[in-house]
Amino acid sequence: MTPAGASAARRGFGQTSRNDAWWLQPLTVFIGLSIFLVYANFRVFQNAYFEFGGYLTPFYSPLLWGDSPHAWFQGVPDWLPRWISPAMVILVFPAGFRFTCYYYRGAYYKAFWGDPPACAVGELRDEFRGENSLPLIVQNVHRYFLYFAIAFLFLLAHDAWKGMWFDDGAGGKEFGIGVGTIVLTLNVVFLSGYTLGCHSLRHLVGGFLDVFSGSKGRKKAWDCVTCLNEHHMKWAWISLIWVMFTDLYVSMLARGEWTDWRIL
Amino acid sequence: MTTKATFRIWRGTKEGGEFQDFPTEVTEGMVVLDAVHKVQAEQAGDLACRWNCKAGKCGSCSAEVNGMPKLMCMTRLSDLDLSKPVTIEPVQTFPVIRDLVTDVSWNYEVKKRIKPFKPRKPDFEDGTWRMHQEDVDRVQEYRKCIECYLCQDVCHVLRDHKKHDEFIGPRFFTYVAALEMHPLDTEDRVEELREANGIGYCNITKCCTVVCPEHIKITDNAIIPLKERVVDRFFDPVKILFRKLFGK
Repeated sequence: MTPAGASAARRGFGQTSRNDAWWLQPLTVFIGLSIFLVYANFRVFQNAYFEFGGYLTPFYSPLLWGDSPHAWFQGVPDWLPRWISPAMVILVFPAGFRFTCYYYRGAYYKAFWGDPPACAVGELRDEFRGENSLPLIVQNVHRYFLYFAIAFLFLLAHDAWKGMWFDDGAGGKEFGIGVGTIVLTLNVVFLSGYTLGCHSLRHLVGGFLDVFSGSKGRKKAWDCVTCLNEHHMKWAWISLIWVMFTDLYVSMLARGEWTDWRIL
Repeated sequence: MTTKATFRIWRGTKEGGEFQDFPTEVTEGMVVLDAVHKVQAEQAGDLACRWNCKAGKCGSCSAEVNGMPKLMCMTRLSDLDLSKPVTIEPVQTFPVIRDLVTDVSWNYEVKKRIKPFKPRKPDFEDGTWRMHQEDVDRVQEYRKCIECYLCQDVCHVLRDHKKHDEFIGPRFFTYVAALEMHPLDTEDRVEELREANGIGYCNITKCCTVVCPEHIKITDNAIIPLKERVVDRFFDPVKILFRKLFGK
């Protein structure tokens, strides 16, 4: 049932009557995500400089195997090709969580696929299937990545805790706080702000209900997730930038380029 | 204090048309609709423009001002760069009747296809119900909609891809959300959301939210929660299994 008569003809890519800097936002997203993707891939394949004392970078947490005291299983399995790093196995989950995130989907559809490049701006392609069929119908798996992302919060919180224990010089451990401890702790805080404001979580904790009044706990949970969800984009960017900085910080310590100052 | 400004207004019919420049004097406090009325009064008496309340509540004066869908009555000239011509054109998603007036009747037909409100049995013998405020807070946001169809205009699924046969657009997802999440409603619209309403076409650009003059968070509060209900029903194997085992 199309409307009677023809609506305006489709505009070509980038064509618009807008006279503001509509290209600025998709360009910023394109540059920001590209920097992260290049950096993350470099670090995943580097397979080195991922720990410093009690600090473990989030890119390699949990460290499934290796010779490090952080490793869950000591040594490298013989059957494993040398080029596979532990980060490759675990980063599938947080990467999948971000890739299927409702905020990021809208952002990268615009910035990378021009679908559309910006609101009321002409598109690149004629054909459009949206998320109605393959391949993008797979985005509906988002809630399963959420479950893993929540598990990762506990793992990273444990890493932050371990980052509070330093060698005491007598073979034992003593409590302390270094700049790295704060960096690791903030990483958990920012990732929690992002993960716990997830649209799928908002649905699962109470959004599926039509009547809240009989479920006070669910209503409270829904309110809390909604509160974070209202700033989901900000949490998404802050946590993305900070997880990259956390990795950079630990790697620079491991390379001996930076010094970790002890505060306590 | 008066200022000179040029309004580049699209003139034409469904057969075609072109922009015409109308230089005119504007004064402090004017909105775009005032300028269009001034052009009508002084230079183009036959300029077609639909309007009614001039208060952002009737949703009649939808148009595209400098390329963005807006209510003309709520767009202040002081917010525009008047050193350049201000373009005013009809909404792109629906067929032009004349000048700035478009035929939006497709929306009325779509609305008729959506399953209507079906309340549960009345709570009391006098035929009334009781609802808690916290149960209706969520749907009250959707009911702010004034049906200006700016969201329908900016949605690229309709605007660029002309999926009018398969996709109902953000306005009607908001409408379905208002019904589907209503505490009294007993109807089930989840299957038609996926099949007939084409919610899967939405790729969450949030443009509908950007242009909504009532500041309804259409994407976050209506479309995504509905998408999640569709996921519950059709794409979550655990939920599907749970429903098969326990019947709910």
